[in-house]
Amino acid sequence: MDDLNSLIRPFNSPSHFVRYKKNYIFTGFMTALTEKYQFKTILTGIAFSPNLRANLYEAMRLSTFFGAKLILVHVGPKTPQKEEVLELIMSEFEESAENVDVVWKEGNPVNVILEACKSFNVDLLILGALQKEQLFKYYLGSIARKITRKAPCSVLLLINPSVNRVACKHIVVNGLEDPKTREAIHISFGVAKDLGANRVTIVEEISQNEVHVVVSDDRSLRKATIMKARIEKRETTRVNDILKAIPEQLKTDINIKTQSIFGRRGYSIGHYAKLVRADLLIMNAPNKLGLIDRIFPHDLEYILSEIPTDVLIIK
Amino acid sequence: MGPKKNRIKTFIGELPKNIFSGFVVSLIALPLGLGLAIASEAPPISGIIAAIVGGTVVAILGGSNVTITGPGNGLVIVLLSAITTLGGGDLYQGYLLTLGAIVISGILMILLGFLRLGILSDFFPASAIQGMLAAIGIGIFAKQFHVMVGQIDTKGSIIELLLKIPAAISNLFVSAPMEVMVAAAVGVGSLLIMVFYSKIRNKYFQLIPAPMWIVILTVGLSYYYQYFSSDPYPISQKLLVSLPNDIVSNLAFPDFSKVLDSNFINAVIAITLISSIESLLSIKAVDKLDPQKRRSNVNKDLKALGAATTLSGFLGGLNVVTVIARSSVNVNNGGSNRSANFFHALFLVLFIVLFQEQLKRIPLPALAAILVYTGYKLAAPESVRRVSKIGNEQLLIFFITLFSTIATNLITGILIGILTTFLIHIIINRSLSLFLGNALKPNVLMFKEGDKGNYYVSVKNFCSFLNFYKLKAKLDAIPEDKEAVVDFSMCDFVDHTVMESLNAYQQTFMRKGGNFEVIGLDAHEADSVHPFAIRKIIPFQTIIKVDKNLTKRQRLISEVAKDFTWSYEPKKERDVSFLYDFIYFETKQIKHVYNQLFDQEKELNLFDIEYSEGEFIAKEVIRSTMLFIKIDGAMPVFTLDKEGFLEVIYQWAGFKDVDIEAHSDFSKRFYLRGEDEEGIRRLFTDELVLFFESNPYYHVESNGDHLIIKNKERLASVKEIKMIIDFGLRLKTIIQKQLVC
Repeated sequence: MDDLNSLIRPFNSPSHFVRYKKNYIFTGFMTALTEKYQFKTILTGIAFSPNLRANLYEAMRLSTFFGAKLILVHVGPKTPQKEEVLELIMSEFEESAENVDVVWKEGNPVNVILEACKSFNVDLLILGALQKEQLFKYYLGSIARKITRKAPCSVLLLINPSVNRVACKHIVVNGLEDPKTREAIHISFGVAKDLGANRVTIVEEISQNEVHVVVSDDRSLRKATIMKARIEKRETTRVNDILKAIPEQLKTDINIKTQSIFGRRGYSIGHYAKLVRADLLIMNAPNKLGLIDRIFPHDLEYILSEIPTDVLIIK
Repeated sequence: MGPKKNRIKTFIGELPKNIFSGFVVSLIALPLGLGLAIASEAPPISGIIAAIVGGTVVAILGGSNVTITGPGNGLVIVLLSAITTLGGGDLYQGYLLTLGAIVISGILMILLGFLRLGILSDFFPASAIQGMLAAIGIGIFAKQFHVMVGQIDTKGSIIELLLKIPAAISNLFVSAPMEVMVAAAVGVGSLLIMVFYSKIRNKYFQLIPAPMWIVILTVGLSYYYQYFSSDPYPISQKLLVSLPNDIVSNLAFPDFSKVLDSNFINAVIAITLISSIESLLSIKAVDKLDPQKRRSNVNKDLKALGAATTLSGFLGGLNVVTVIARSSVNVNNGGSNRSANFFHALFLVLFIVLFQEQLKRIPLPALAAILVYTGYKLAAPESVRRVSKIGNEQLLIFFITLFSTIATNLITGILIGILTTFLIHIIINRSLSLFLGNALKPNVLMFKEGDKGNYYVSVKNFCSFLNFYKLKAKLDAIPEDKEAVVDFSMCDFVDHTVMESLNAYQQTFMRKGGNFEVIGLDAHEADSVHPFAIRKIIPFQTIIKVDKNLTKRQRLISEVAKDFTWSYEPKKERDVSFLYDFIYFETKQIKHVYNQLFDQEKELNLFDIEYSEGEFIAKEVIRSTMLFIKIDGAMPVFTLDKEGFLEVIYQWAGFKDVDIEAHSDFSKRFYLRGEDEEGIRRLFTDELVLFFESNPYYHVESNGDHLIIKNKERLASVKEIKMIIDFGLRLKTIIQKQLVC
């Protein structure tokens, strides 16, 4: 049990408490989301790996920000040592431990997590991404990928869970023409409020097919440029209409920007989020993912194979 | 209705210019057409048929503006091997079968055009293409050298032919009969004309292209023997061009009997591949020369070339490609639309009909000399040096492609080149997964930055010849008069092919008044993950180190600078954007300026400049000295030249001269051009006219707020520099005074 003991490390600096506490007091409990879009129950799987403390704190922090109940699921046997480690780490995380439930269950991790999501009526599932060795590139492991595809609720993919809070400042959200977009944009403003982010960028991806003009000479170039300007204007108007419907109190103090980008749908937004160093990317879940989608990846699959930043997938 | 009518009006207005230009191009197309056909072991007339059909069909259906089409250099080797292998010894049968392959390859090219595969040429690494072209050049050189020295019966593979060159030369001095000696003399003399032609900067001499001089002189020689000399013509019938007596009734018809033969299929593939690549590369290069800065529709052009090739094949002609040297001659002589291509074809028809007898007097060694020079230019050591500057790995790719092409054939050679490039990329990155894992991902993001409205392009993962077409598609969609920023900071690897193309984009943007910047490569240097090639080849803002030892001329120039209390900068400066909007440079490619002198206010700038005119075998590099003057206030745009015979032709060809009333002497001596006639007449008052009349002659040009003053097409001596500065200072005072009142 040396491994487990090594996980029980105290904070290396007490100042984190102070900083953490500040955030906690100002933003916690006061969830800004309208009732309909609230994350009331959050679930995350835990493994006794060196990352346990970071993963756990990240999940607990988020659940306090959202004012939600947290369910921790461990797929594996319940042993006294594990319980002890978990309790110790949780006890170091200030108060709020009373709103945390721990579930121990053995079985296939994918099935266990998915079933737990259903049975606890979970709104948000938190999963951790893996990092490619020595590269600042992240991807989703095969188990997490399966869970993401089948999850009945929204999923948050974290690339870099940390013990200390890293402030979320800039949120990028898709503005696709899709029935779910209205919801995604609404949620992102709520999340921005809860996490204290002050910038929200709404990105409309315009694919080449929409332009309808293939640039081959000066004339077609002019045509394509005019066409693009027209689409951009139309898209911006559409997004502005959505923005109008969002309650004022969610929009105050937030720097709102809309940006049209040209590129492959679903992929380019990740590229953009990484480029502008966004802290969180919020996307609609695609309607249905079949086998063909995995062979010819699009939308979400691009994001799963190369996670640009923390990603929240809204279902 | 309005714009259409206007277009017809401009078209008719520009017609004389295009007829003139088409005429000059036909002068070079005639000997090249004959020569390229002979080099391919096809009947000489087949090259002319290709040029005539190409010029007509592409002029009607094409998507480019100032290109000239006809038989191409790159195809010689392919056609030669097709004709010899398909015929199985019978060259004429081989020719007929090759015509069949040409017809089918034309159809394939039309398909490529419809499938928008104009991007095809982007999939070939730049150094591999260089290697392949060099191999083609060596092939042409090896074969034609023997013809040039009068020994047409030498046979063998490229390597064998090369090895036989010393023997061929010694043979001349030891055992060759008189006949061969004379033929060799004609050949070598013709070669000397090709080599030294560009060194003679005389505009009357230069009006006729070098190949045509060779034709005129050699045909003249045969007439000399016929009428003035008692000796018989010393070149045998075997060494003269043979043309059918009645061309129209003797057209060959393609033979399709071997359509399913593997050699035939290989020939079709090779012809299609090489002619597409040659055409696409030429179109790209010619677009850079177009004074009106138009963008060619490559796919439309491919379709037109395919249609022309098919028709040409049916009529017994070689296949039709876009050719760079002839196109650049067209641009330099004022060709402004596709009608020039048509007129070039028309003049060729006239030549064939009117001068049939004379054409039969052209000796083969003379035509071979033109091709030897062409081959040398393709394989020029200069291109090796250029490649080696980029990096050793590029040199490796170049030579592997070169040798494998010579040892096997073009298709195998280029495939080996591509494979080598890919392997080298894997080795440099020590990663195969970087390429395999990301090859199909859409790695390019483009958006318009909200506040400034410039285009921002970010590239991820890797960017090499494998996926450059993705970046290219995005870049092509940016209007070239806008600002564009390409960011590679998220990209792990950028190869030489991409960097070279980006450099071309940068030039195009600069020419059209936009800005194109590449950022995010600094980090790559630090990582040392990046091949050094990339750092080296970015010519953006690079400052070339100048030797500390100045030449004598440079020391004297720096003394001149002291006399005038000006500042002197010997370094090469590659940012020459300030010169782009002068009419003089519209058809010229500026390399750099150096030895710059600045006055204290930086309003006058004297510099040596290196620029080039034309492309490929018609390319001439010129160094000259110019004075650049800033004028406060707006002048009309004008060009002032000495009036000569050529200018009279130009006027006849549609360039307009502005006459200044009451100064008929000035108007006779000077040739003044410009759109805004009113403004020019207002500027050219008595005082200014008198100034020009009483001072030595200079070429003076205004772009609205700056003047350039140029003397000769060579570097000025120190004394001339002082004179030009003095002239410039006084001219500036007068014009400035004029603009104030």
